[in-house]
Amino acid sequence: MSDLATITRADARGMITLRGDLASAAMKKAVKAATGQAVPKPGKIAGDGARGVLWMSPDELLVMVPYADVAQTLAAMDKTLTGQHYLAADVSDARAVFTVAGDHAREVLARLCPVDLHADSFAIGDARRTRFAQVAAAFWAHEAGFDVVCFRSVGDYMDGLLRNAAKASPTGAFG
Amino acid sequence: MLTLNCPYCGVDAEETELSPGGEAHLKRFGPGSSEEAFEGYLFVRENPKGVHFERWRHAYGCGKWFHAARCTMTLEVFGTYPAQTFEPPKDIKDKITAKRPGWAWRDFGGDGA
Repeated sequence: MSDLATITRADARGMITLRGDLASAAMKKAVKAATGQAVPKPGKIAGDGARGVLWMSPDELLVMVPYADVAQTLAAMDKTLTGQHYLAADVSDARAVFTVAGDHAREVLARLCPVDLHADSFAIGDARRTRFAQVAAAFWAHEAGFDVVCFRSVGDYMDGLLRNAAKASPTGAFG
Repeated sequence: MLTLNCPYCGVDAEETELSPGGEAHLKRFGPGSSEEAFEGYLFVRENPKGVHFERWRHAYGCGKWFHAARCTMTLEVFGTYPAQTFEPPKDIKDKITAKRPGWAWRDFGGDGA
């Protein structure tokens, strides 16, 4: 029995929690300057895990930039958003990131979270915050599979979860 | 298993992704109110067999509170709507009226619709 997917724990990524009025011009400008992307629609990711922005809630985004660029990105955001009601915080070291890659990556995630993961319902570029077994996490679909983000305090738990879930035969439910 | 559509994310969230928040549309009675009103605010709750309005929080998702209208007997969900309101929106009340003619819940429904 071969594994359903390859699980890799990604290296440290630069992550910034950005909260405020997502419709404001200053917020759009700050996101554009940091990632080159527009503010994503609900349940979407713009860009990718290396440089991108993830919709987290109606007033929260997760901005991802290279780890070394976080300080200068934060400084630029603070400058752009001065006078606005906002929050921009470096959360890079509070997160663990995993990549689930392979033809059956959908099966691995479907064993852990209460989400309809069929390709018709969850396409590339879609993102979702949900529950993986007992912990909160966010993930999005890309060409190679999925990236999963969770709190680093539960990173080892997530690592075990994903690897265990990958040890199965495909059900064929995802084609 | 209850599946509610989060009005903020637009996703269908399963019950285990949500936190229950008890009855919806409670009016707060604080200092200066009568003892009966305060007791009612703290303790008196509906326990209907049928149409009910509840608060839920999309705890594992966007983290926002929202309201849900559902039937406690059949688990049918009539709809969900954002929490920034004092009463259910008209389209949800109309939907309930179509399915449960004559329904009433606290100040809503019944003859006043």
